[in-house]
Amino acid sequence: MHDVARRELVPHVLSVLVRRGADFATAEDAVQEALVRALSAWETERPADPTGWLITVAWRAFIDMTRSETARRDRQVRYDNEPPAGTIPSADDTLHLYFLCAHPTLTPSSAVALTLRAVGGLTTRQIAQAYLVPEPTMAQRISRAKSVVSRAGVDRPGDVRTVMRVLYLVFNEGYSGDVDLAAEAIRLTRQLAAVADDAEVHGLLALMLLHHGRRRSRTRPDGSIVPLAEQDRSNWDRDLIAEGIVILQAALARDRLGEYQAQAAIAALHADASRVEETDWVQIVEWYDELLQFADTPIVRLNRAVAVGEADGAPAGLAALAEVDDHVVRHDAVAAYLHEKNGDLEVAARLYACAARNAPNLAERDHQTRQAARLNHYLQRHP
Amino acid sequence: MAKYLLLKHYRGAPAAVNNIPMDQWTPEEVEAHIGYMNDFAARLERNGEFIDGQALSPDGVWVRSAGDGRPPVTDGPFAETKDLIAGWMVIDVDSYERAIELAGELSAAPGAGGTPIHEWLELRPFLTEPPTVTD
Repeated sequence: MHDVARRELVPHVLSVLVRRGADFATAEDAVQEALVRALSAWETERPADPTGWLITVAWRAFIDMTRSETARRDRQVRYDNEPPAGTIPSADDTLHLYFLCAHPTLTPSSAVALTLRAVGGLTTRQIAQAYLVPEPTMAQRISRAKSVVSRAGVDRPGDVRTVMRVLYLVFNEGYSGDVDLAAEAIRLTRQLAAVADDAEVHGLLALMLLHHGRRRSRTRPDGSIVPLAEQDRSNWDRDLIAEGIVILQAALARDRLGEYQAQAAIAALHADASRVEETDWVQIVEWYDELLQFADTPIVRLNRAVAVGEADGAPAGLAALAEVDDHVVRHDAVAAYLHEKNGDLEVAARLYACAARNAPNLAERDHQTRQAARLNHYLQRHP
Repeated sequence: MAKYLLLKHYRGAPAAVNNIPMDQWTPEEVEAHIGYMNDFAARLERNGEFIDGQALSPDGVWVRSAGDGRPPVTDGPFAETKDLIAGWMVIDVDSYERAIELAGELSAAPGAGGTPIHEWLELRPFLTEPPTVTD
């Protein structure tokens, strides 16, 4: 059975164990144990009912773990060897599991790690590799997260907002190892959308699909960035984009607008343009204005200034930029772009150099350095 | 979700508050200092915030290529004026504020007289991967 197909079952199995009264932390360990056993057991013969198989094996593992734990603590707790009836998890159980893993008392990095393991069924090693952290460190992070959740009690879990923030972080973090985190975030958001009746969850899923659809053209094979305007649009994944647009339209029709739907609408307008010249910048600015109603952050205002520059010309973009806090990351990069567009080449060249110095990542630093070099070279030849 | 480098200097950093060099401490003070550093790293591991920690020898040389087919040129030992790194710790934390907090704790390691050194540590953010959502 394919790894992802096996992992699809994880939240169901775990929620059944938790519903039967198993302590969350131990149940999660037991499910991991069952997944590992499934790897070898299913190689020879795949069970007719994989979910039932996993539930049975995980429950036995849970009993064993509880017994050894009980022996250590010298306590007398007894569990029946045979699991109680009821192996069909409900949508509510799955949703509850998402909420637990995004518990508001967890730090963002702990919630991310716990969600990937307890809902996503990834191993600690895979999560550690994905986030470039040593495995023992990740093991500790997950173990602490589980005890925080166990202590905080399952009665006051997070809500769908905190879950969406966690999934967005997984998607947007950008690291990539053996595990494709963006694809994993999409898988988990799809699963969430199937059980949570919320327009914003669908908006988030649409946002992810629309960005994922452009992924192949976002970077060159050497890892360098290709700006949106220069991307080979024939290389975009039209199926993902079409799916994202359908999901977004259905979400928008519910008339419960939120920040993820607004962000997805902006991504959809970019995806709609088969050539960059056809981009509907006026509508994009309108969506940024909508987005500001939900998330009035300097980053949104900065991106809006770029859109204004395209819709109404560089001077209007620079005027919009003047109202943005100039400490925000990528401010210099946007200023450089708008000044170049406005014909202030010396200013732009200087700002590109600043943008390179302040870039938050290597790929952007290299990109801004190339921009500065390109303009400086041009200015030397055309004094 | 953000990695930081904590750099400790043999020299080149501004003077610490408790600035008596380690070779003039009592053995107990040295032990207390080492114990503090080990406890600090162990605590970070338990928190799931520890990535790496290493100490460096003060000995070192400059190295550069000498051109095709020739062995590299070395120059050393370092001049007394060179900024000299003593070691580092790499942490993975949720916020800049947390990184500052941890650097502050590390700087408070005990020195001469058992009182905190309050040495200056250099805190440097890692350059990350680019985010997925950019527009």
